[in-house]
Amino acid sequence: MNQLTQTGDKQTPEATQPLNENSTLKVLLDTLRRLTRQPLGLLGLILVCSVIFSALFAGVIAPYDPVALDILNRLQPPSAEHWLGTDQLGRDTFSRVLYGGQIALQVALSSIALALGFGLILGLLAGFGPRWLDNIILTLFDVVRSFPTIIFALAVVTLTGPSIGTIVLVVVVTSIPIYGRVVRTQTQALAQQEFILAERAMNASMPRILFRHMLPNVIGQLLILASMDIPIVITIEAGLSFLGLGIQPPTPSWGSIINDGYSFIRNTPWPIIAGGLPLIITTLGFTFLGESLRDIFDPKLRKDV
Amino acid sequence: MWLFLLRRCGLAVLIVMLAVSALYLMIHAIPGDPASIILGPRATDEMKAALYIKMGLDQPVYVQLASFFANILQGDLGYDVFSQRDVTDIVLEQLPWTLALIFASVFWAALVGIPLGCYSALHANTWFDTLTGIVSVGTIAIPSFVVAIYSLLVFSVTLQWLPAIGAGEQGDLLSQLEHLILPAFAVGLGWVGYISRLVRASMLEVMGSNHIRTAKAFGLPSRWITFRYALRLAILPTVTLLGVGIGYLLSASLFAEIVFARPGIGKLIFDAVSTRNYPVVMGSVLVTTGLFVIATTLADFINALLDPRIRAGR
Repeated sequence: MNQLTQTGDKQTPEATQPLNENSTLKVLLDTLRRLTRQPLGLLGLILVCSVIFSALFAGVIAPYDPVALDILNRLQPPSAEHWLGTDQLGRDTFSRVLYGGQIALQVALSSIALALGFGLILGLLAGFGPRWLDNIILTLFDVVRSFPTIIFALAVVTLTGPSIGTIVLVVVVTSIPIYGRVVRTQTQALAQQEFILAERAMNASMPRILFRHMLPNVIGQLLILASMDIPIVITIEAGLSFLGLGIQPPTPSWGSIINDGYSFIRNTPWPIIAGGLPLIITTLGFTFLGESLRDIFDPKLRKDV
Repeated sequence: MWLFLLRRCGLAVLIVMLAVSALYLMIHAIPGDPASIILGPRATDEMKAALYIKMGLDQPVYVQLASFFANILQGDLGYDVFSQRDVTDIVLEQLPWTLALIFASVFWAALVGIPLGCYSALHANTWFDTLTGIVSVGTIAIPSFVVAIYSLLVFSVTLQWLPAIGAGEQGDLLSQLEHLILPAFAVGLGWVGYISRLVRASMLEVMGSNHIRTAKAFGLPSRWITFRYALRLAILPTVTLLGVGIGYLLSASLFAEIVFARPGIGKLIFDAVSTRNYPVVMGSVLVTTGLFVIATTLADFINALLDPRIRAGR
């Protein structure tokens, strides 16, 4: 539980060393062991696993078709047949919540993977390339970051129309600078280290230096950053869908479930409660997990908010 | 110092200009007749023809962009054809509501967060500290619009303690404050966590520094040391946090304004997006972006004033 309270004085040097194939599994198991030893890490792990499990097996668990209408049983409170009640069209909210989790995770994983990839490339270029390229890339990062995310998203939605692709595009564009900056700072620091200087002295090729030596040193931090980015992306997706500018009906999303409930807030509180709870559980789970992971691997990575 | 100021200001202007050009070009890159896109689907042919000439769309793009910038410098953000008003007027009318909401949110968050962080730092690693740590991280993680809609559900709809929608009667300050409570609660909740964590971290750092140790060695009363020497320094990072965080505040206030049907710049952008009112979207996005860049630049200045190393570097 100390991971939240300590400013970070302990270090684990093995995490910053390049890993070979055999030790990867060992490190993974070791990480898992240390995670479960921290109460918050364990809680985060349990929450995240249950969210992923329910999303993966939504088709098996869900008692109803998430888009099947049943107008006669609209706006029902929770009951034995409908665990979380029904919405204004009589659709089963519990089933919609399960499928909404699928959408949330799909958007989060695909957009973060893309952002991480582009951020890695741009960051390596900026950190290792010529000075003018560094300046151009940094200015581009600053331009993108100068829009508040949701407002940038609204501007893009105006132009392209609401869709799942638009959400992914917005998230990718606005998160590339986050990853790019970390990679850039890391590569610049690494470029001055002896083992890189030695490689250069031995006339190693640029790809070899970048991918064989830089990448393994940067990727760990990036993955932790990505895991902490998941709740943020899920919040953006849900937020846009809540505004009616994200996932379009009848596809269920946690945000659009809340939006449906908002229109009938004076009739029934259940859709709002049912749409909000999984959002809270997921964001808390990923945040606790990310905090614990960061603490295990690198106390220095603490973002100053 | 002056060189740093100048360079940072130049960068800020460059960033805003690039951002605006990007947005402008994006709007013009959409396939179709720009006039009908800007006017939206409800425009008549006469309106389109008039706008086409008025906007100088027959000229090359760079000329258009240049005149667009020239207009902005004169405080002219364009003309809203639907309401038949200048976009500048519309934006300036909505801005105070958002600023009031942001100010109220940050105010209560600081009022709770600073003492909380200070107390946690002075009692580091006790159960109280651990608990506030968990709660802080939790409140930061939970989406603000969920907080907004849950508090609307609990306090307005179910308990009926507080008004649900609007910003209060015009001229009635008490009613306006009453309408501000729930939105400010929703926007500020995460910031209690941010501020208390930040104050705690910097407080711990300051308390370990040499001049505090000297003050202790002189036998000054610990309360005097805490408030007079330590907290003064420990609060400073919070100020810079606000500069960087204004983007998050703008996003959060957008949701609060929509959930509570309050007037404000976020609601303005949302309504403009929903009706595809491009001039208003451009104008209000431009103003919020400007606000954001000014705030981050100011935060950089304060940082530079406080820390000579930043001035020297880069």
